Amino acid sequence: MSRLFITPRHLQTIGRHASVSYPDECCGVLIGRCQPGATFVERVLSVGNEREDSRHNRYLISPETVLAAHREARALGLDVVGYYHSHPDHPARPSEVDREQAWPGVSYLIVSVQQRKVADARSWRLSDDRESFEEEVIDQAAIGAPPPAGVPGVHKEAV
Amino acid sequence: MSVTIQIPTPLRRFTGEQGEVEVDGATVGEALADLTRRHPALRRHLYMDDGALRSFVNVFLNDEDVRHLQAQGTPVASGDTLLIIPSIAGGFL
Repeated sequence: MSRLFITPRHLQTIGRHASVSYPDECCGVLIGRCQPGATFVERVLSVGNEREDSRHNRYLISPETVLAAHREARALGLDVVGYYHSHPDHPARPSEVDREQAWPGVSYLIVSVQQRKVADARSWRLSDDRESFEEEVIDQAAIGAPPPAGVPGVHKEAV
Repeated sequence: MSVTIQIPTPLRRFTGEQGEVEVDGATVGEALADLTRRHPALRRHLYMDDGALRSFVNVFLNDEDVRHLQAQGTPVASGDTLLIIPSIAGGFL
């Protein structure tokens, strides 16, 4: 199982974004480094949900925003390694819509927000055959910091 | 006509870790078709089963989205660079 290394501070940033965006979905870009089986998040880029409708159950990061994020990552000597979005009042599991519009090789971090409070955070990677998402471990312990108090529900094995 | 296609990092394992691939074609559509001929494993991540480009896959020609030009029919010239950039979309339903 692959692992997503992310600091508690970055998870808190994402959790806050998900909370203040409630009841809409929020989204953003994860910038860092990747090696086989492990992804290291070094920057979190919060961006606006560019959907003009159905923002409570849909999100969009336009290609122009993705391109700008790629350029920002390159300027730092890093790469875009994943994306995050929230599921207001729904579990942190990818939907069929998420699967249809994903690529393998990047992490999709989903935050479940229940009544504006972060309830769970899980990370997923699309299989090479596009048939399913595989969950990856969110790992904070290996980067030497305790889990944030504001992000309950992050996997026990990950913290 | 030789065109360079820049491959996004997540898809490079389907191009033998090449970040750029030189392809032939007179249009964006032909260039992409040549790319997937050379690297067939890429195809399912760029195209639907019916042969249409996936809705979240965007192609930029020299930094301009080809949807604002002539889409797949946009002519390309030697030395042009194509970027494949996803839009990121989804949601819980």
